[in-house]
Amino acid sequence: MDLIVSDLTVARGGVPVLEGVSFVLTSGAALVLRGPNGAGKTTLLRTVAGLQPPMVGTVSGAEDRIAYAAHADGIKQVLTVAENLSLWADVFGQSDVEPALAAFNLGDLRDRAAGSLSAGQKRRLGLARLMVTGRPVWVLDEPTVSLDVASVALFADAVRAHLAAGGSALMATHIDLGLEAEVLDVTPHKAVLSTAIEDFDEAFL
Amino acid sequence: MIALLVRDLRLAVRAGGGFGLGLAFFLIVVVLVPFGVGPESGLLSKIAPGVLWIGALLACLLSLDRIFALDWEDGSLDLLATAPVPLEGIVSMKALAHWLTTGLPLVLAAPALGVLLSLPQQGYVWLVASLAMGTPALSVIGTFGAALTVGIKRGGLLLSLLVLPLYVPTLIFGAEVARRGAEGFEVMTPLLMLGGITFGTLALLPFASAAVLRINLR
Repeated sequence: MDLIVSDLTVARGGVPVLEGVSFVLTSGAALVLRGPNGAGKTTLLRTVAGLQPPMVGTVSGAEDRIAYAAHADGIKQVLTVAENLSLWADVFGQSDVEPALAAFNLGDLRDRAAGSLSAGQKRRLGLARLMVTGRPVWVLDEPTVSLDVASVALFADAVRAHLAAGGSALMATHIDLGLEAEVLDVTPHKAVLSTAIEDFDEAFL
Repeated sequence: MIALLVRDLRLAVRAGGGFGLGLAFFLIVVVLVPFGVGPESGLLSKIAPGVLWIGALLACLLSLDRIFALDWEDGSLDLLATAPVPLEGIVSMKALAHWLTTGLPLVLAAPALGVLLSLPQQGYVWLVASLAMGTPALSVIGTFGAALTVGIKRGGLLLSLLVLPLYVPTLIFGAEVARRGAEGFEVMTPLLMLGGITFGTLALLPFASAAVLRINLR
């Protein structure tokens, strides 16, 4: 089943930021979003993940198939690395966290409190969470922030393995991961402000 | 959903989780009352049910803003919203975890504090019964208030202003059960009203909380 986004207009605070975005993400494929800061990449990803409704257009094939990784990793500081992962595994109805710990080289850290990890280690834990969701579509917002070169390579391997297993990935990143991915530059889709006014109240709802 | 409940309970009892904070606050408020109104036991036993109920209500209020604020700050709430668990289930589990870590300890501690206020002997059963029946409503209503104010910086005061008026019916009937019980009167009518409020909020408010969370997460 493909993720099909057609003619999507997304809004932040009631003001459209991107309009007319269309793409199809087939299984086994990756799509990289590019665009300057503030272009609306995060808003687009949140809409695709179902956290906010689109202003215009449709997203199909996303229902209960998306694992979303935002800027914040959703890590509980007082729980250990393994506890953090197994919570998400339980929530998503999975059980095995070992492959995820191994893929992101977190085995040695499993009993450390997540609060004592470095920024890069926390990010690795946040990305390892994707593997325990068992969801086929990964939606990633700047996944490589605060990762070192070796960890970026680990992450690229994890994405490659995910794609090879029939999954797909939609990510906003500026780093070349060495993946065979299509690139979608969102800059030409920047919304012009004229449509903003009619639904002004939306900003307050 | 059970995993979420276990996580919330575990977070509450670990360092910095705030478990026991409400209980300690309840204790201090109740201990302060005899200092304020004087040690005369006749007066104290008359106001004991009301004081205990107000103390429990304020102690409950104290920990409400933690229900969603911490999950909002570290991004867990966004991730939970995309999880296969319905948001209504998530807010119900949050309310249950809040009750287990705040409401239930208050119910259990109330008889000991009743002694400090020389609550009449026949009042203990009804005090505990009224708190056991009423505090779940406090947690569920509070979860709704917390969902309304999630994402607002320092929304704790606003949360109190929103939630306290909603606590009025629970307080009226809860304190009435405890007072009538202490004075040896018939308690069934206010107890049934209190039960009605609790079960009504349990049935309806999780849907309202989930709806406002969806809007706040946009």
